[in-house]
Amino acid sequence: MATFKEFRNNVKPNWCPGCGDFSIQAAIQRAAANVGLEPENLAVISGIGCSGRISGYINAYGFHGIHGRVLPIAQGVKLANRELTVIASGGDGDGFAIGMGHTVHAIRRNLNVTYIVMDNQIYGLTKGQTSPRSAEGFKTKSTPEGSIETTLSPLEIALSAGATFVAQSFSSDLKQLTKLIEEGINHEGFSLINVFSPCVTFNKINTYDWFKENIVNLEQFPDYDPSNRVQAMNKIMETNGLLTGLIYQNKTRKSYEDLVTGFKQEGLAKQNIKISSEEFDKLVAEFK
Amino acid sequence: MISQLSWKIGGQQGEGVESTDRIFSTALNRLGYYLYGYRHFSSRIKGGHTNNKIRISTQPIRAISDDLDILVAFDQESIDLNAKELRLGGVIVADAKFNPTIPDGIDARLFAVPITKMAEELGTSLMKNMVASGASWALLGLPLEVFNKAVEEEFGRKGAAIVEKNIEAVKRGAEFVLEQAGGPLDEFKLDEADGQQKLFMIGNEAIGLGSIAAGCRLMAAYPITPASEIMEYLIKKLPKFGGTVVQTEDEIAAVTMAIGANYAGVRTMTASAGPGLALMMEAIGLAGMTETPLVIVNTQRGGPSTGLPTKQEQSDLNAMVYGTHGEIPKIVIAPASIEDCFYDTIESFNLAEQYQVPVILMTDLQLSLGKQSCDQLDYDKIEIKRGKLVQDVPALEGHDLFKRYELTEDGVSPRVLPGEKGGLHHVTGVEHDETGRPSENALNRQNMMDKRLGKLDNMYIRDAIRVDAPHETPELLIIGMGSTGGTIDEARTLLSQDGITTNHITIRQIHPFPTKPLLPYLQNAKKVIVIENNATGQLAGQIKMNAGFAEKIESLLKYDGNPFLPSDVHKACKELSLDGNIQRV
Repeated sequence: MATFKEFRNNVKPNWCPGCGDFSIQAAIQRAAANVGLEPENLAVISGIGCSGRISGYINAYGFHGIHGRVLPIAQGVKLANRELTVIASGGDGDGFAIGMGHTVHAIRRNLNVTYIVMDNQIYGLTKGQTSPRSAEGFKTKSTPEGSIETTLSPLEIALSAGATFVAQSFSSDLKQLTKLIEEGINHEGFSLINVFSPCVTFNKINTYDWFKENIVNLEQFPDYDPSNRVQAMNKIMETNGLLTGLIYQNKTRKSYEDLVTGFKQEGLAKQNIKISSEEFDKLVAEFK
Repeated sequence: MISQLSWKIGGQQGEGVESTDRIFSTALNRLGYYLYGYRHFSSRIKGGHTNNKIRISTQPIRAISDDLDILVAFDQESIDLNAKELRLGGVIVADAKFNPTIPDGIDARLFAVPITKMAEELGTSLMKNMVASGASWALLGLPLEVFNKAVEEEFGRKGAAIVEKNIEAVKRGAEFVLEQAGGPLDEFKLDEADGQQKLFMIGNEAIGLGSIAAGCRLMAAYPITPASEIMEYLIKKLPKFGGTVVQTEDEIAAVTMAIGANYAGVRTMTASAGPGLALMMEAIGLAGMTETPLVIVNTQRGGPSTGLPTKQEQSDLNAMVYGTHGEIPKIVIAPASIEDCFYDTIESFNLAEQYQVPVILMTDLQLSLGKQSCDQLDYDKIEIKRGKLVQDVPALEGHDLFKRYELTEDGVSPRVLPGEKGGLHHVTGVEHDETGRPSENALNRQNMMDKRLGKLDNMYIRDAIRVDAPHETPELLIIGMGSTGGTIDEARTLLSQDGITTNHITIRQIHPFPTKPLLPYLQNAKKVIVIENNATGQLAGQIKMNAGFAEKIESLLKYDGNPFLPSDVHKACKELSLDGNIQRV
């Protein structure tokens, strides 16, 4: 059985020293080992941006796509071979700006894909412009007088869109993050895990210290019930979205793959694709 | 006795024009006639004039006709708009309810049948299409029992009572009109057909059928006219073969989902029209760069922007050839018949995997939606070729990766699917090395560009150009693509009666352009005329750019939303041949 070392490769990430993304990389590697995967059975699909490079930094099948389209690619992979474990990953710009349409619909569709958003509230790779996750008033190169748009709440949107698994974590909390990724992988359906991943170069507001002071760990609330959607929504609003832990999980809704008529457990990619002459004749007969 | 005639039914959209046409043509197909249909419709669901025209023949036909023999009209507007097409002595069967009149200057016979009244007497005005089609069928003197069989099939699932009522409606319409006309009309008596039932389908259905035969098991698509029939067909059929159709949130999701699924090993396609194709452009580049097989069907309609969404055009050619930023290898194939739609779809899936490139199968609205007869399709011709897809590769050492982008002689690298133990590699739209890892090395960049772009050197599909060249040095070489071939051939018959010699070439491989096979025919023709449904002569541009001969290439262009008629082509070719220049249609 593979250990987390088997999910490491010899590529040095091009992230800045101190970037939150390093811990997320480690957490994915650990979680993959902990749930018993082998590298060839894991496909990591990623978007564009600093965080999008992650598919190249994990020893598994990796697909680095185009900006904002990580989720449709990941869903295509899962539909083609449901025996693979599919992790989709990208930044807050990738998932909540250019790719927001896909995020909402991937949530609705509920394919068994784990989506890890590396949320740094800024555009890093393009050197510091505002993101939908930036706070109002946040000064960046594209908002020199401070952002005048509302900060987007992906957790509220996910719940409204019918998400069956919503979690949030902080890259410094490797233990919690690893556990949430494991739970996301094991969840039957789409799992969204938003991870605060400080950008040490361009975001001088939402720093490690800032998160440590402001985030609320759901462990503080022993009575919190993640199957209660109303409570989940309230908690997100009460904490201004700065909570971590498993926020909501619906274990009863079936995944998309289980709802598609005639969809087999065996990966579609492994099935025979040549039709018989009898099947062909039957199809043709309809046009007579 | 005649060997062919044209029949048209017109009314308000949603009034039963479609179903009448369907039953009428199914019955004709049963008798073994060759049929070619044309739908005139608008981008709305209820209301607005719509009409369906069917040409019926004892011989194969692949074009709509200039004129019309029988017009079935549910309203006066249908008569006013279409009567001018009627040939001298043509017939109008119209609903007596609206007191139909023949427009001035039209020489036609009118049969006013109480269509709505008879239908209402039987319980519902919905059955007026049965009364109308029964009446026109009877005028042709065709056997009623064959028609009733088609009615039975259309309504069988609604129960015996409904079938019976509809058959009664057919009978009443037939009896009424026969009494008025004094029996079937002799001048419309068709020669008997060969009795061999043909396949009767639209291009989109042939593409759907072809994709199943090709092993396509997933489709991701967003609804759009005139492509939606492909997804509608496949969602009915694919579950029986273990697959499915996903209706995505937009065309970008459709094409990227298809890329993901192809990467993971399932033959997957998407289909759209111009607006959707435009949205897919960035992803087409991703498929080219990552050498991921991909099949996209583009059913062209009137552009630009929303353009003429329900009308004929062939104006996306340049977008398909040049679309996406940067430079990638890409194949664009233009089927020219229903049979082509079927076989080319299979070939598209094969080429996509053999060359690991995006393939665009380009139709036009008339080919995608025009229902027509087609010869039997041959199961034995279905071949599945997956190129350099490899399995059970040796285990990797240490941090080695599989050379998914290995530099090979033909530029095509071995491909493994996720799940393969020894196949780990990286895939990225960033320039990359042989293992797929990002690389900005200048030499690697050049090697990889040359590898990708060289893959299609000397690539020719089956019938890259389809040649009908009876003359060594014809007066005219007529070149077309897509649905226009049948029209061109009918015009050529007329031209030969005028003493003008013509050859005809259909370009089926649009990109990479088949210059080499085309050259000798261009050389030997006195003049060349390129016929296309667009305003700027995009196909002519490709020919001139790739093969030259600009000085003798003329264009016949039509971009008013309607397909070419044989008379359009005949007139222009005659002018060009006699006067050396042509007027625009």
